[in-house]
Amino acid sequence: MADKNGTPGILDRLAAGETLFFDGATGTYLQNHGLEPGGSPELMNADNPDVIRQMAAHYFDAGSDIVLTNSFGGNRFMLERYGAGDRLFELNKLAAEHARAAAPEGKYVAGSIGPTGEFIEPLGTATEDELYETFSEMSRAFDAGGADAVMIETQLALDEASIAVRAAKETTDLVVMSTMVFDKGPRGYFTMMGVTPEQAVEGLQEAGSDIVGTNCGNGIERMVEIAARMRAVTDKYLVVQSNAGLPVIKNGETLYLESPEFMAKHYKELAELPINILGGCCGTTADHIRELVKSVRG
Amino acid sequence: MSITHEGLAQEFEYVTSPGERKHISENIDGTAPIMQEMAYELIVGNNVDVDRLTSEALAEGFTANQVLDDGLLNGMAIVGVKFRDNLIFVPEVLVAARAMKAGMAHIEPILSASGAEPAGTVIMGTVKGDLHDIGKNLCIMMLRGAGFTVHDIGVDSSPEDFIDAVEEHEAEVIGMSALLTTTMPNMGRTIATFEDMGLRDEVRIMVGGAPVTQDFADEMGADAYGENAVDAVDKASELVQLLAELKSS
Repeated sequence: MADKNGTPGILDRLAAGETLFFDGATGTYLQNHGLEPGGSPELMNADNPDVIRQMAAHYFDAGSDIVLTNSFGGNRFMLERYGAGDRLFELNKLAAEHARAAAPEGKYVAGSIGPTGEFIEPLGTATEDELYETFSEMSRAFDAGGADAVMIETQLALDEASIAVRAAKETTDLVVMSTMVFDKGPRGYFTMMGVTPEQAVEGLQEAGSDIVGTNCGNGIERMVEIAARMRAVTDKYLVVQSNAGLPVIKNGETLYLESPEFMAKHYKELAELPINILGGCCGTTADHIRELVKSVRG
Repeated sequence: MSITHEGLAQEFEYVTSPGERKHISENIDGTAPIMQEMAYELIVGNNVDVDRLTSEALAEGFTANQVLDDGLLNGMAIVGVKFRDNLIFVPEVLVAARAMKAGMAHIEPILSASGAEPAGTVIMGTVKGDLHDIGKNLCIMMLRGAGFTVHDIGVDSSPEDFIDAVEEHEAEVIGMSALLTTTMPNMGRTIATFEDMGLRDEVRIMVGGAPVTQDFADEMGADAYGENAVDAVDKASELVQLLAELKSS
């Protein structure tokens, strides 16, 4: 939907047949800019705002149309592990404000919601109401901070992801996107909780997600396989954010080895499916995004 | 072959490798009907029935070891195969583990009073800086199910936490978990700390977690890599045996 100034929104651009580009890795960038192993990325929104704004600017400069906020672990369950449960609204709103501040005209900000790490009862101890409440509050904070969309990402369980989609939809007017992460096992692709790519598409769309897809967990070649299965069961908008391969460790350092050129070649296959929004996940850099934009947009 | 319980016989059909079929059917062959029912109810995650059947079996005069070996562990063996082969996933394993726990609650006091030796003692923890514990907890349930004594030191565990726990519980194996690629190197640091303290030969160390691979385990000097919770049990058993052989030679 066009905003009050008449600027076309994400869905308008997609409806016009455009391919849009997401950003690259957040975690990898932050680790290179002062995040301690095991530290809370979300607290950096308050403690190190310049780095967060620079990160967003860095990806917008590389050609990203949409940048994710630094709020992947901004739910109450994860923040409480850092003693920051009571700062949920503040930290998520800041996350959106930082990305917004770096966004040029016509570019978009999507509030990132990662999984809580909890199981819903009776499997675990978290209740549906608790999850709904934390996801609603995050969505409201993104809205207040100037976001255009909510991105519910790296999800494993359909129940939790669907609650997040519903919470974002019912609490705000933002565009809602959602993605799940699949492992390749002996019987093909499933999330840790046993969801197939087809079930993810159906379940997330049924919950009300405007755009669905997959992120993380795999290098670009497997993402093409997963995306093709998703495309086979829906005509609606799809999004893919791929890792630069699976991590390898050399001399104590974590490395993602897929090059911008290698990934760009396969991103082109994704664009042809078509996948409507393309971006990077763990291990991808501004160079990957630049190469991706160049190869797809030409 | 004589799996008399219809449901269990159907579950057994999910085991397809000839070696595993032979091994598991030999274990089930000739077990009492109540044990086969118990194994079946465990597989389908019915903790209420496992609880009831365990206490009935003990009242009927079956020993705690029979309940463990013929009932609970036979069920868990099939759960392990189904999980590894993508026939079931984490939710189903969690409910099976809960049923296992319901059964263990009856037999654990008897086993420990009788002085039965555990399969081994394992310290399990997520490494320093990492707050993720789903995978670790799954491994713990499977290890306990297989008869290991497991001490869980939780998330964000420093090298010193692992060392203190090994010394306190005289553990043979430590299992380290990490979900984040950023905290994965802390596994190597923990191993290095064991070396610095001169304690490396006292324990065998296994590692696991989503981003961890065999290559990474080798590079940091771990003794084993557990690809999943079922594999973790196999590796722990091998390591306990290896350590016993080392210490006796």
